[in-house]
Amino acid sequence: MNRIIILCLGLALIAFIAWWFFGSHQVEEEKATMKSNKQSVDIEVKGGYSPERVFLKRGVPATLNFKRTDSSNCLDHVVFSDFGINQKLPEGKVETVKIDTSKPGEYQWECSMNMFHGKVIVK
Amino acid sequence: MKITTRFWTSLILSLPMLLEMIIHPFTGWMLPGGEWTMLIFTTIIMLISAGPFITSAWSAFKKHHSNMDTLVALGTSITYIYSIYAMFTKRPVFFESAAFVITFVLLGQVLEEKMRATASDAMGKLLNLGAKNALVKRDNQFVSIPITEVVKGDYIQVMPGQKVPVDGKIVSGNSSIDESMVTGESMPVKKVTGDQVIGATINQTGSFVMQAQKVGNETMLAQIIEIVKKAQNSHAPIQKLTDKVANIFVPTVLIIAIVTFLVWYIFLGKSIATALVFAVAVMVIACPCALGLATPTALMVGTGRGAKMGILIKNGEILEAANSIDTIVFDKTGTITKGQPQVTDIVGDKENVLQLAASLEKLSEHPLAPAILAAAKKEKLQLKPVENFTVIEGWGVSGKISGTNVAVGSPKKQKEIKIAPELEEQIVALQNEAKTVVSVVQDNQVLGLIAIQDAPKVNAQNAINDLHRLGLKTVMLTGDNQQVADAIAEQVDIDQVIAEVLPVDKAAVIKKLQEKHHVAFVGDGINDAPALTQADVGIAMGSGTDVAIDAGGIVLIKNDLEDVVRALKLSRKTFNRIKLNLFWAFIYNVLGIPVAAGVFAGVGLTLSPEIAGLAMAFSSLSVVISSVLLGKTKI
Repeated sequence: MNRIIILCLGLALIAFIAWWFFGSHQVEEEKATMKSNKQSVDIEVKGGYSPERVFLKRGVPATLNFKRTDSSNCLDHVVFSDFGINQKLPEGKVETVKIDTSKPGEYQWECSMNMFHGKVIVK
Repeated sequence: MKITTRFWTSLILSLPMLLEMIIHPFTGWMLPGGEWTMLIFTTIIMLISAGPFITSAWSAFKKHHSNMDTLVALGTSITYIYSIYAMFTKRPVFFESAAFVITFVLLGQVLEEKMRATASDAMGKLLNLGAKNALVKRDNQFVSIPITEVVKGDYIQVMPGQKVPVDGKIVSGNSSIDESMVTGESMPVKKVTGDQVIGATINQTGSFVMQAQKVGNETMLAQIIEIVKKAQNSHAPIQKLTDKVANIFVPTVLIIAIVTFLVWYIFLGKSIATALVFAVAVMVIACPCALGLATPTALMVGTGRGAKMGILIKNGEILEAANSIDTIVFDKTGTITKGQPQVTDIVGDKENVLQLAASLEKLSEHPLAPAILAAAKKEKLQLKPVENFTVIEGWGVSGKISGTNVAVGSPKKQKEIKIAPELEEQIVALQNEAKTVVSVVQDNQVLGLIAIQDAPKVNAQNAINDLHRLGLKTVMLTGDNQQVADAIAEQVDIDQVIAEVLPVDKAAVIKKLQEKHHVAFVGDGINDAPALTQADVGIAMGSGTDVAIDAGGIVLIKNDLEDVVRALKLSRKTFNRIKLNLFWAFIYNVLGIPVAAGVFAGVGLTLSPEIAGLAMAFSSLSVVISSVLLGKTKI
């Protein structure tokens, strides 16, 4: 009896993992806040990035302010391969990354081990 | 908390448990306090050392993400919590497993962090290369100001032993300069008034005054840094597979772990403890980090190493493409040859022919023009005024001089021009000597001929032979006629010659070759941009400060053909290292997970969670070390 309950629990857990990680879920998005012809977004780095998708306006100088509050060394750098940026993120400090918004498009960023991702969308 | 602190905490608290594990079987020695001591030590480790794994895993989980921390946090938490339950129900405990796994994983991370810093070292060196101050002329005095305040046109004094602050031209004085940090050239270069100097290079013996021409982001160093930064953080197409795997890796491993547990517990009827140990071993041995680190670290070391040698590989895509090249096409002039042609023979009335030709060529931008002008200057001839100057594409130039129609161009491609038969014989004779012949035409009658030769570079033959040794087919592409081209090709052992190609058609020729081959094109980047872009790999050879940065996928700072060989060798080495890393990372997981799951338990092959943790720590570490070693291999 015990074994059957555990088997069911195990199978349920597998189903949950599949749904939780592989299912499509809403991603945290944010539009940049404009301030005297500049735009910026604060991004918290904790088990990933919040927000994960950032909308920027084309042609307006933009900065993303990353603050890492997670001590995982997976997240200790943020890499924008399109811009050649590889910024170290010391824990607890705000690090500013300048984004070139001259061309519209989608630019992905990732952690140094390419496990966590985020996206900048310039419109 | 810093990783090192977390590591030392867990190491110190794990040691007594390790000691007991080792000497207990021989002496029967037990930890004072037994399981209670273990519980206390492990609890501290879980709080201080493993805590960040757990919080990180939890915040990632809430965002529907997972990473290595998820596996470590889950694996150790399960072991820890089960052990507490076991302790109070008088069953065997596994506190030490949780403690050892945390220690090993942290050890791996501490070492890995150090190695990753070494891997990105080249970049830091480049950034610190520039001078901080400059002696700039202000109000007729040279004063020291920060480099950021130097503007174009400033006069700057450079003393012996100082770094040249920005790019510019020497206006007075001379010296020899060590340019190795930018060009990779180990011998100091002699510089006199009028010569270009590059920022960040070191002035050795003399002192001179230079005028700043490029400052800030425009300097060669700044551009090199920009390219290297982009290259080091670019992606290689080979990564796509790992990116896909990485996205599903951790959840898949979790599912495998649950299946492992269920199979051992339910279908094989083992105890919960045994089944748990196998499941935890699966979670702990799986290592997505090795996969994630395989490509970027090798790319970083490879491109950084290239930058030190004056070879800039723009990104991972180029690097991967360079690996499958089987044909390498060279532009002739300035690439295979010195690019400084000289007049060797003049047929006809020497003064008149040369004077007319030089007057016209003064207005031309053709590569042969400087040779004719230099010859005229040597003969001290006065140039005549030209009217209606026109360039006849693919043939030459024409214009009106003293009321007559004068043209200078290729001797064959214009039908209405009359030529004496003895001149025609001369043309063939000169061309057989690998000379370029231009005819000087006055009112549609060939007056005379000028023969020009551009000798191959000294090391051209060596470089070509090295490329053959790499298994590449070499092709020379030129606008010159077949005979001239053949003669040069023979001197340097080039396999195939495609001659009489108009500059605008070069890209089309490359495209044709690409139907059957993977083609690299080597050119000076000035008028080869379309061909450089068309080729699978465009290699732009620079000379001095004129780096053809946009044109090529690979930019060679020095004008040295041997660098083509080095660039390709470096690309191959780097790409092979990426493949090796990926193979290792994949095979490690592919073999490690089944062993940890107990698939081979029947033949006595099992892994305890702590050994699995050790293996995991060293799999990602070994990938990083393998990349760092790429910086030490012989090129």
